[in-house]
Amino acid sequence: MSEEPMPLYEVFIRPKAGLSHKHVGSLHAIDDTMALHMARDVYTRRAEGVSIWVVRSNLIAASDPVDKDMLFEPSVSKIYRHPTFYEVPEEVGHM
Amino acid sequence: MYAQALDQKDKGPKVVEDPEKLARFEARCAADEKIEPKDWMPEAYRRTLVRQVSQHAHSEVIGMQPEGNWVTRAPSLKRKAVLISKIQDEAGHGLYLYSAAETLGVSREELTDALLSGKAKYSSIFNYPTLTWADMGTIGWLVDGAAIMNQIPLCRCSYGPYARAMIRICKEESFHQRQGYEIMLTLARGTPEQMAMAQDALNRWWWPCLMMFGPPDAISEHSSDSMRWKIKRFSNDDLRQKFIDATVPQGHFLGLTFPDPALKFNEETKHWEIGPIDWDEFKRVLAGDGVCNRQRMRVRRQTEADGAWVREAARAHAKKRAARQALQAAE
Repeated sequence: MSEEPMPLYEVFIRPKAGLSHKHVGSLHAIDDTMALHMARDVYTRRAEGVSIWVVRSNLIAASDPVDKDMLFEPSVSKIYRHPTFYEVPEEVGHM
Repeated sequence: MYAQALDQKDKGPKVVEDPEKLARFEARCAADEKIEPKDWMPEAYRRTLVRQVSQHAHSEVIGMQPEGNWVTRAPSLKRKAVLISKIQDEAGHGLYLYSAAETLGVSREELTDALLSGKAKYSSIFNYPTLTWADMGTIGWLVDGAAIMNQIPLCRCSYGPYARAMIRICKEESFHQRQGYEIMLTLARGTPEQMAMAQDALNRWWWPCLMMFGPPDAISEHSSDSMRWKIKRFSNDDLRQKFIDATVPQGHFLGLTFPDPALKFNEETKHWEIGPIDWDEFKRVLAGDGVCNRQRMRVRRQTEADGAWVREAARAHAKKRAARQALQAAE
């Protein structure tokens, strides 16, 4: 006999007040409430955070790692987007 | 910086708040805790933030226009690539900020409408024209420099999404300021004509940049609420002074003079002192009577209208795909 599978959830924890939520892992649950409870039990047993987000994994749209070069190449070649590209004489001080 | 809205009192209808919740909220602010979107917050706090964050977002978006003016006339391919990159960043900053504002329960459409209808304001600085290439240097060096002064304390703002957006923005602003100063340095080391161009730009932008920090503390109508709620952490005059002290030596290094005969260094206080600011000009520009107010709004409205077909096409495409998928699922 095979049971109906439970949906997969992704779990995000805010490690400290003021910081963004960070992905920590996933779990199976039948609904949002159960996912929150389980996330609390599974991922916050050692004071890992102050707030939990759970979201159904199938609702996440993700880029394909195969496209990595095409997507992120400009951040390497466009070095003028970095402050260090510009010459500011030492006498002028920090800018 | 673009945070001149800090000086407007919350004028919305008074809401009677639950005293217990309010006390807890005030205690959290006092303890420097971050407030997050789903936390309880008083209506006046929410309205103040919506006004400030959206004004900030509008400023980033309108701020693309004065710089866009020079994309086709940048003096080299390198400068052109840099300028486009910077304008791209401004669009990104607008997006981060609109998103932060939306976490407060206001829709993007409402925010856009408020700008297009003229109900919402943006920073007075973008109503000045960019007449020469040196203005691109001056905007980076002074306008972005002033923005950084204003924005660094906002990274510690009590509202989490706004504070986190500001951290991202501040990191990117550093490139903006340095590229601006480098343009000024290149002009200052160039021909006498180039030097004159740099001086002319400083002459035109210096006072408007000082106005960016908002009215002097003595006449500023901002409520003490913003300070107590840790939205604003320094007074207008304090931030303005910090900016002046940092900037004057940078200008002198370039060999430029500031358009202020009263400018002098006070040996006792170790601060640069300036002459009086023309606050009438500031009020006029804010009220809509700057050189470029009408043009900026006209272009923004036109851009919104010109983009309508793209949004319409995206919606039609999504509908078509959904219909096709539904059909396939039914088969």
